[in-house]
Amino acid sequence: MPTPSTSTQALPGFANHPAGTPLMEMRDVKQHYAVHRHLPLGPRKFVKALDGVDLSVHAGETMGVIGESGCGKSTLARVMAGLEKPTQGRVFFRGQDINTLRGDEKKEMRRNIQLIFQDPYSSLNPRMTVEQLVSEPYEIHPEVAPRAGRKAKIKELLELVGLNPNHADRYPHNFSGGQQQRIGIARGIALNPQLLICDEPVSALDVSVRAQVVNLLDDLQRELGLSYLFIAHDLQIVRHISDRVATMYLGRVVELGTYADVYDRTAQPYTRALMSAAPELRRNDGNDREKIILQGDPPSPIDPPAGCRFHTRCPMAQAICATKEPELIAVGDTHEARCHFAKDLAAEFVQGAGA
Amino acid sequence: MGSHQYANPAADAADDVLLRVKDLEVEFNTSKGVATAVNGMNFEVKRGQALGILGESGSGKSVTARAIMGILDMPPAHIPRGEILLEGEDLLTVAPRRHRQLVGSRVSMVFQDALTALNPVHPVGRQIGELYRVHRGYSRRDAKAAAIKMMEKVKIPAAAKRVNDYPHRFSGGMRQRIVIAMALALDPVLLIADEPTTALDVTVQAQILELLKEQQEERNMGLILITHDISVVREVTDQVAVMYAGRVVEHGPTAEVLSRPGHPYSRGLAASIAGEELKGQRLPAIPGTPPDLLHLPAGCSFANRCAFATEACAASIPALELIDEARHSACFHTREVLAHANA
Repeated sequence: MPTPSTSTQALPGFANHPAGTPLMEMRDVKQHYAVHRHLPLGPRKFVKALDGVDLSVHAGETMGVIGESGCGKSTLARVMAGLEKPTQGRVFFRGQDINTLRGDEKKEMRRNIQLIFQDPYSSLNPRMTVEQLVSEPYEIHPEVAPRAGRKAKIKELLELVGLNPNHADRYPHNFSGGQQQRIGIARGIALNPQLLICDEPVSALDVSVRAQVVNLLDDLQRELGLSYLFIAHDLQIVRHISDRVATMYLGRVVELGTYADVYDRTAQPYTRALMSAAPELRRNDGNDREKIILQGDPPSPIDPPAGCRFHTRCPMAQAICATKEPELIAVGDTHEARCHFAKDLAAEFVQGAGA
Repeated sequence: MGSHQYANPAADAADDVLLRVKDLEVEFNTSKGVATAVNGMNFEVKRGQALGILGESGSGKSVTARAIMGILDMPPAHIPRGEILLEGEDLLTVAPRRHRQLVGSRVSMVFQDALTALNPVHPVGRQIGELYRVHRGYSRRDAKAAAIKMMEKVKIPAAAKRVNDYPHRFSGGMRQRIVIAMALALDPVLLIADEPTTALDVTVQAQILELLKEQQEERNMGLILITHDISVVREVTDQVAVMYAGRVVEHGPTAEVLSRPGHPYSRGLAASIAGEELKGQRLPAIPGTPPDLLHLPAGCSFANRCAFATEACAASIPALELIDEARHSACFHTREVLAHANA
């Protein structure tokens, strides 16, 4: 059984983390999907949804992932959950490669990694009652809640996520969107997992209900010691809930650091543009971010641009950017950015602090 | 903003009021009963003004827009009362022929999903040009030239080359630009944009908002921007109407309303945004969920989620009243809410 080396600091993609060996670790993961060919003899093409991703989640930590549609966020979730086997690279959970596990070990890994989906309604079987939905995981893992005490366990779970246990015999359509997401969360935590992968868990909810669900996820983390991979395009919510944040662009992590690194000392042009495009991040302290409006749309992940993938839209691009792809460069103890000029960008904040 | 009580076209013209919606109600007949989607809606838009209509799903914001444009499916919808005055003419009672002249040229609309708003089997240039042919009787050639000009206006690169392309050849952001070009083609006095950037990525959203704002200012047009996103309202509009359960609950200058809300619902919305200072703390969430439109309560529909609610709130619906200069709020406890904001 291969085990990850303990010298993770030396690997690209791992900002130094005090907690040591991570709970979840992805190493150079690639996930390519073949595109249907219009002509039988045409060249085979691939959507490079993930194209060399290194990322880790430590115990008790929330790792936020931001990026636009098509950047590979959801593929990341599926590969991390073991729902898809990556084309290349390895995914380690507690030091074990999840794609080599068999039998009981695999079952145990699956119990420990759970998913929460974006659309709560379509992720719940409409013909099952809340009780059936929440107890379904125990059919596969009866050891977690023996049949005798199961009713009590389900009641406890429903209370934990803020649902009325007396409504256990109702169907999903009887609940509002926020309550349906609570049912999804109850299913997600039913088996006492260690890692909860949340793929846009609040995007489908109304603004006034969103905060309730974010608070619930926060409470559960504190009470149950969960780790989260939190994927969302709402930059404000990601800042609120995350300890560390990764920005993705066209299948690659382009910036990684603590939330303060990424939001306040942004050292990568794409992250900067993303932040400046989000009106909610501006005008908070009168100290406005520079407004950067990018030209055009994100390129297709089928044929990503050569060199730096962002150079086609980057306001700072130089000749080197079109030919040489930058590595993730350490710009702080916990902060890495994929840009040839990351050090210069990071230095702006040092000077800013001195002035 | 003046009183809602009068509807004098001459006075409206003098005040530069483009659109005045008065006591509008829209109901839908469903198999479960009558759902009240818009329940006594009042607002106005002046020339050169950008009004944001902020509300959650089901608050009636899109239904209002569709009622203005006359594109509600009737049945199941019907409009039991209300007036929609566009430059003094009531769009609800005007003759169909006149309605067709006004809608699309004096007032036009940008939809959320640009792909379904465009016809997939016609080139985009023909779809833009059709407006000039129908409304202004242009020849094919003139219409095409005008379409290219409009595409350049909304900053579509190589417009002359792309005028014969079909909608699927364009990216999401470019498609939304084409829809905006169509909406602006006949120089409307009022543009209604219903969630124009919700389907787009954030970096593209910034481009589209910039374009809308620029065109609005350049043309001194009225703009109604319908959205659920507080930050979009803050970015683009000068006035905001906050909607809840089919009514405007607060109306006033955007910066004022968002920084010093006078209605408990707007207060809750503004507070639940995860600001930097709330890191590590619980977000101040609004408890509960929006009401069922089939069974709206007799009193204020926000009362059961409201920290300020008293018996009076359950008994009758508070009217939208002037609370401050140019600010209106529909709440019996506005003074307390404002006192909280100042504290």
